Amino acid sequence: MADIELLPHNVPTQSELPELIEELTTLNLGPTHPATHGIFQNILQMDGEKIVSGEQTIGYIHRAFEKIAERRPYYQLTTLTDRMNYCSSPINNFGWHMTMEKFLQIEVPKRAQYIRVIMMELARISDHLICNSILGVDSGAFSGFLYVMQKREDIYEIYEEVCGARLTTNMGRIGGMERDLSSTAIRKIREFITTFPPVLREFEKLMSRNRIFMDRVINVGPISLERALSYGFTGPNLRAAGLDYDVRVMNPYSSYEDFDFSIPIGQSGDTFDRYNVRIEEMWQSLKIVEQALENLPVGPYFADTPEYYLPAKKEVYSNMEALIYHFKIVMGEIDAPIGEVYHAVEGGNGELGFYMISDGGRAPYRLHFRRPSFIYYQAFPEMCKGSTLSDAILTMSSLNVIAGELDA
Amino acid sequence: MLSNQEVAEELLGKFGDQVFDFEEPYGMLTLSTTREQIIPVLDYLNKHKNYQINFLTDLTGVHYPDNTDKEFAVVYHAHSFIHNFRIRIKVFIAEADIHIPTATVLYASANWMERETYDFYGILFDGHPNLVRILNIEEMDYFPMRKQYALEDATREDKIDALFGR
Repeated sequence: MADIELLPHNVPTQSELPELIEELTTLNLGPTHPATHGIFQNILQMDGEKIVSGEQTIGYIHRAFEKIAERRPYYQLTTLTDRMNYCSSPINNFGWHMTMEKFLQIEVPKRAQYIRVIMMELARISDHLICNSILGVDSGAFSGFLYVMQKREDIYEIYEEVCGARLTTNMGRIGGMERDLSSTAIRKIREFITTFPPVLREFEKLMSRNRIFMDRVINVGPISLERALSYGFTGPNLRAAGLDYDVRVMNPYSSYEDFDFSIPIGQSGDTFDRYNVRIEEMWQSLKIVEQALENLPVGPYFADTPEYYLPAKKEVYSNMEALIYHFKIVMGEIDAPIGEVYHAVEGGNGELGFYMISDGGRAPYRLHFRRPSFIYYQAFPEMCKGSTLSDAILTMSSLNVIAGELDA
Repeated sequence: MLSNQEVAEELLGKFGDQVFDFEEPYGMLTLSTTREQIIPVLDYLNKHKNYQINFLTDLTGVHYPDNTDKEFAVVYHAHSFIHNFRIRIKVFIAEADIHIPTATVLYASANWMERETYDFYGILFDGHPNLVRILNIEEMDYFPMRKQYALEDATREDKIDALFGR
């Protein structure tokens, strides 16, 4: 024992140590990163694992919609709105139609309004479903996403039955719906109403009180109400911060005043609150769909506006007047009145506004989209400052930034 | 319920002839002001004890090439959640002197909306913390939303616009 010779340690003294260099790491998150769910870039300055500052670059899928809109006749603009928030296209479509109807002072029949409400609320469900299940994926819980995806597929099948398309729906027309709800569509909606609750309940059971998930999302990416308002938050993100502003209630459109539903709000504006607000909104949306389907009025599904609503093909081939209007609409020979209008709907992400100026021509003189994602995404660096990278991913995910809406 | 009349009178009383061109298209109070007064007007509406028009819904630009000395308009939409009252304020500026003060001093959300307006129209927001292009590439040397830039290639001869009512 005593024979063990201790080797001399070469411990450097303080002055011999190489000088420590404190520098930040630059991390490129995106433009194509699996966790951003869209094409946008964040250049983050990292101190170890903590985010010091972030700089955002957006515009990777900018398609100049506002410029294109200045040339296209009014009825051709619907396809541009699809491609903004593509997780809930019908809301964008109807938002645009309702803007035009407000502008032209068209009274849409109740039946069309109710069909629109059904489709918009289904769209809201599919939007929130994606957002919340992807939030699960980003926090490491993949199964929840798989459990609910079939329900989104069901909603897409309903879209398909109603308008023929799934993602970029181009649903409805100025003045109403292009066709009535078919019996298959009604059956599918009824089926959805009965099969969706157990799935959502299962998803909630899996996530909402899950200790691991809660630890990952509580107090992550919080924003105070004051900052949220300053940053122009609307929709579920604003409601999670504690203000019950919802366009559907404050400025009801499309007969929303007929339905009984409540607006969930959060308190701390963190990721968990955003998650919970979206979950509850899905339940409320389902309630609205039920009510609308139950009380679906009978009657026409489009307004009598021959200058904007394409006549039925049968009419076109047999009726001179219908042929003339068909030609005028398709060739864009209808001149709109002069004026300006702002109309907002509650999109999946918040207040989706359309500001349109007409100089009396065939196309808008100026059309501006108020895109909720574009406005609130600028708060992201402030929200993730000082948090870890993995928390920043969850914050971004729960904000539900949709690249199409961001860039327009 | 706040009426357009009430707010208009209050603004006229406070700003006099600096606010003008009152209109009510589709029920929304619309008025114009000068670029010197735009921030005071927004600030006044924001801090007003009763109105609390403290949410900047939207900010955008419009180009009117034939409007001499008033070629560009910057349009602000503000909202009061307390009264559910919306207001639209316009400021016309000349192309020769295309400057307007930034609203970022009041609203953080104005940051990107002003960048977008600059990107599209070249309107310079004085005092903006980072006035660079946002949607288009930085190398772009024109402002695409201006009316002189036609959407389609002007050299094409196979499309005769006159035949399509354009």
